[in-house]
Amino acid sequence: MKRRTFDALRKAQADRIPAALVTDLGTGFQTVVTEATQQGDCALEDEFLPQVYEAIVKDRSGILEFYDGQFFVNVLNSPLRMILVGAVHIAQALAPMASLAGYDVTVVDPRRAFATDERFPAIRLNGDWPDEALEALRPDRRTAIITLSHDPKLDDPALMTALSTPAFFIGALGSRKTHAARLERMQTQGVQADRLTRISGPVGLDIGAVTPAEIAISILAEVTLALRGGPKHKAEG
Amino acid sequence: MSTQSADAAQILEQAERWLAEGRQVALATVVATWGSAPRRVGSLMAINDQGGMAGSVSGGCIEGAVVHEAQAVMAEQEPRMLSFGVTDEMAWEVGLACGGKLQVYVEAVT
Repeated sequence: MKRRTFDALRKAQADRIPAALVTDLGTGFQTVVTEATQQGDCALEDEFLPQVYEAIVKDRSGILEFYDGQFFVNVLNSPLRMILVGAVHIAQALAPMASLAGYDVTVVDPRRAFATDERFPAIRLNGDWPDEALEALRPDRRTAIITLSHDPKLDDPALMTALSTPAFFIGALGSRKTHAARLERMQTQGVQADRLTRISGPVGLDIGAVTPAEIAISILAEVTLALRGGPKHKAEG
Repeated sequence: MSTQSADAAQILEQAERWLAEGRQVALATVVATWGSAPRRVGSLMAINDQGGMAGSVSGGCIEGAVVHEAQAVMAEQEPRMLSFGVTDEMAWEVGLACGGKLQVYVEAVT
């Protein structure tokens, strides 16, 4: 490994940027791949990169084959993160559950009455406006963002900002009707319809959840499916 | 944070300290495993030219061999792939827990 490759790896780790060291086992060429950069002996082909990104998101190191080559992809990851917008009742159930599941959780809500340490013991709170908070938190491919507030003043700017990040999951709580209205609002604000399909709404697997804890389970299950599973098999109807 | 990532950060940090001290450093990485293997694919070990090591690539059964090979890799500056296979019977005889096979990629930081 060249010293500059080593340094690029160290820098990604210091900056908490998810990265993979890709070694061409045939030539020994190495490339450090992150969301925004490739540094190393040679650039990887565009057709190969999605496989590397998928390995990063799923935290799955191993040998990948591409054309005739064998590449060892060693994923050196930052922690999983979850950003919840709205310090509401469901957030009180979801935040500790997500922590247990291994996520570094941040709850964003500028309303001081909601975002209190009494309501969220041991959970990191952020009192900035959601769009500013999200920009500062710099969501990466290992981040899930979920809006829970039901308040368009909070949820809409959060979702618009979320769409400009590589977050592996973006979800929005709300009925089908409020979700349809939300998508319409965002389109009138200039977001293209095809980009809006990234938002899972209403968020949560259809498991008949009723209580806040059950709804939190349905959301965490859907995030887990997005992280570990294949395409989303969300029940319709 | 997954333990593996935390481990990797610490191991590379140690490697960086050795480099800063002017030591030669090699990295060994588990790239494939078959059967029971105590360390996941991606597990790292850093070795220096005095035989110092950080991290591990097995439950302790092959580290000695890897450190030995790493000295040659540092001298030649050519990476090599090492294959280790331990039959259940052998593992039993030498008192080791791993009865699997693994491949370890060893490279020098140059």
